[in-house]
Amino acid sequence: MRKKGTLAAAQRVKRCLLIGWGLLQLHGAAGQVLPTTAGAGVGANAASGTSSPSLPAAALHGDLQLDAQTYRPDAAIGAPVVPERLRANTFANLLLTAGAFSAGVRYEAYLPPLQGFDPRYRGQGFPYRFLRYDARRLHVTVGNFYEQFGNGLIFRAYEERNLGLDNSIDGLRVQAEPHAGIRLTGLVGRQRFFFDKSPTIVRGLDAEFSLNDLLPGLDSAATRVTVGGSFVSKYQADDDPTYVLPENVGAGAGRLTLTHGGFALNAEYAHKANDPTFTNSYIYRPGRAALLSASWSGAVGVVAAVKRVENMDFRVDRASSGAYGALNFLPALTRQHTYALAATLYPYATQPLGEVAGQVEVTYHVPKGGLGGAYGTDISFNMSAANGIDRRRLNDEQTTRQGYASAFFKPGPTVLFRDYNLELHRRFSPRWKANFAYLHLTYNKDAVQGLEGYGTVQAHVVVVDVLHKFSPRHSLRLETQTLQTRQDQGAWAMALLEYTHSPHFFATIYDQWNYANPHPEQRLHYLGGQVGYVGGTTRLALGYGRQRAGIVCVGGVCRFVPASNGASLSLTSSF
Amino acid sequence: MFFRLLWISGGVVLGLVRPAWAQQSPPTRLLPATVQVRTLDGKSVPANTLGALAPGKPTIVAFWATWCKPCIAELTNIAEEYADWQRESGVQLVAVSIDDTRNAAKVAPLVRGKGWEYAVYLDQNQDLKRALNVTNVPHTFLLNGAGEIVWQHNAYQEGDEVHLRELARRVANGQPLGE
Repeated sequence: MRKKGTLAAAQRVKRCLLIGWGLLQLHGAAGQVLPTTAGAGVGANAASGTSSPSLPAAALHGDLQLDAQTYRPDAAIGAPVVPERLRANTFANLLLTAGAFSAGVRYEAYLPPLQGFDPRYRGQGFPYRFLRYDARRLHVTVGNFYEQFGNGLIFRAYEERNLGLDNSIDGLRVQAEPHAGIRLTGLVGRQRFFFDKSPTIVRGLDAEFSLNDLLPGLDSAATRVTVGGSFVSKYQADDDPTYVLPENVGAGAGRLTLTHGGFALNAEYAHKANDPTFTNSYIYRPGRAALLSASWSGAVGVVAAVKRVENMDFRVDRASSGAYGALNFLPALTRQHTYALAATLYPYATQPLGEVAGQVEVTYHVPKGGLGGAYGTDISFNMSAANGIDRRRLNDEQTTRQGYASAFFKPGPTVLFRDYNLELHRRFSPRWKANFAYLHLTYNKDAVQGLEGYGTVQAHVVVVDVLHKFSPRHSLRLETQTLQTRQDQGAWAMALLEYTHSPHFFATIYDQWNYANPHPEQRLHYLGGQVGYVGGTTRLALGYGRQRAGIVCVGGVCRFVPASNGASLSLTSSF
Repeated sequence: MFFRLLWISGGVVLGLVRPAWAQQSPPTRLLPATVQVRTLDGKSVPANTLGALAPGKPTIVAFWATWCKPCIAELTNIAEEYADWQRESGVQLVAVSIDDTRNAAKVAPLVRGKGWEYAVYLDQNQDLKRALNVTNVPHTFLLNGAGEIVWQHNAYQEGDEVHLRELARRVANGQPLGE
């Protein structure tokens, strides 16, 4: 005990010294931070005794986000009893930059995590901190970082806070530009796992070459070509009693980007070595993914994209499942809807085990006059489709365990998703404008959500969203929506009224009504409201009401949020 | 090792606080030269070039995404008067999209399809968004002719552009922002 006490005292002394060192180092620098009058500058330096004029200017910035909610039991909508009654998620970033060095920390507290967030987040701490050095052609990061290779098919470390996702890597990353037009990235580390780190070690390399900067005479060419390649490998010890598992699993990808005027082409192909995991039922089949998109931007904007994914669930822990712990990112080739009924009842998420998908989107601004009206009209049309892949079972569980055979260019018979949608935006006068949207959705609920017995839902959605300006700063917006289907929970209607007083205040009230639920006792209203204040970078919103159980998606990754009833507070700020 | 760094950075923070409070005006903040964003044709450029597209003139840097309704409303409303804004203050609007792989290919067709005359960049890995402490979109910065951030605002409400236009005019004329 005695010895421990002495050690603790020594630690304290060391900390004081370290703080003192930091203070000393910064004082001189801080004096230079500000564009001060000569007198004030002298005063600050005089107070600190000495100053070292060679130190670069330092600056401190940060941001804060707080989301809190109270929970009342509400058996009618299936809102569970929450013993804590109040739950809150807090995030605070601090970022310090001084010349070529920067450092940052993020404090997170889930006391306890809001409903719908993984309960393993319970707790608080500093799960994200880094130090970074930037020279002209060299960037070094130690600690946590986010990174994406190409389109992310084999590697993407990112944060999507509203989904409770943070795949940051804790380790070392070096980025270098040895020559104009060559960008190299190397990294090694372990993925964040809630308030801990995953035991799996991740290594990665990426190289990108801009041919226009490398080849003489091409630097001012109208056609720009960039090629890239990446390799990622993970190491996880084999402790499985049944199978001999590969402890090192590698994945590689190659990509090409070509632009010429308004035309752009983006292609990437990825291959993953055999990687038996819980999600693929421990088959030894390699994985592959291909993504191809082409776009034209002129008076008309057109995007067409196709994708094929086969056995590409690449995650740090082979025994895990769910959205957490992914190493790669497979984008959903569908339109990301924003109107509530279209966005949260039947949203599509990529099926990493097997999917063939495509989409076409056309955007056009009808000029003013004639069809376009007095101000012009925006039209956007999108068509998306996703099917399963071709699969023929091999019955080789006791031998090669390849699982199935699959023809690359043949889409499978299972329809996963279809979406045909049209959106119009038009201003009618200085005071009136409106959005209209129509969607037809085909949603294989069993396959997309991993359920049984729901089948495929066919739904029509219509949205009319009208805004009226009383004066340049006072506006009222009425949004009405309906979703029509005979399956699942039946038809819904929704209305939302929003008043905004620019630049500071807003108030909104809404109701969602499941008026044609096949079970008459579940034909419920979800009534709620919110008031808020915005000032500079600070936004505060207070809400109260019922929240329907639903799916929140960002970028094709989704999370389920259970029903709730109560008051909410949301605060964000930055400096 | 981590705790040692934490204590040092704690000291560093304390070292900053006193001089920062002793001054009247806050320190100037520039767009970082160490963070890269991409042009629509795939070229990487340092973020500080965004503030220097129209040297000596104010710049608006607007963070947005193709799936963000208030962002589209803000950029559409400004687009309708953009020629007037440019005439009176020479302001350049730079729209930084934080769209990921899912939607990045849609940015250029959407921008041209809507007829926006802005300079548009991609921040796919959200490096610039993090470096500027942007929590969510829309988030708008106003830079003066020297590329210094003089004003910023989170969220967009119908009519906010009236205020932004006035601020751009004051910055161009070298007048105080009055807030």
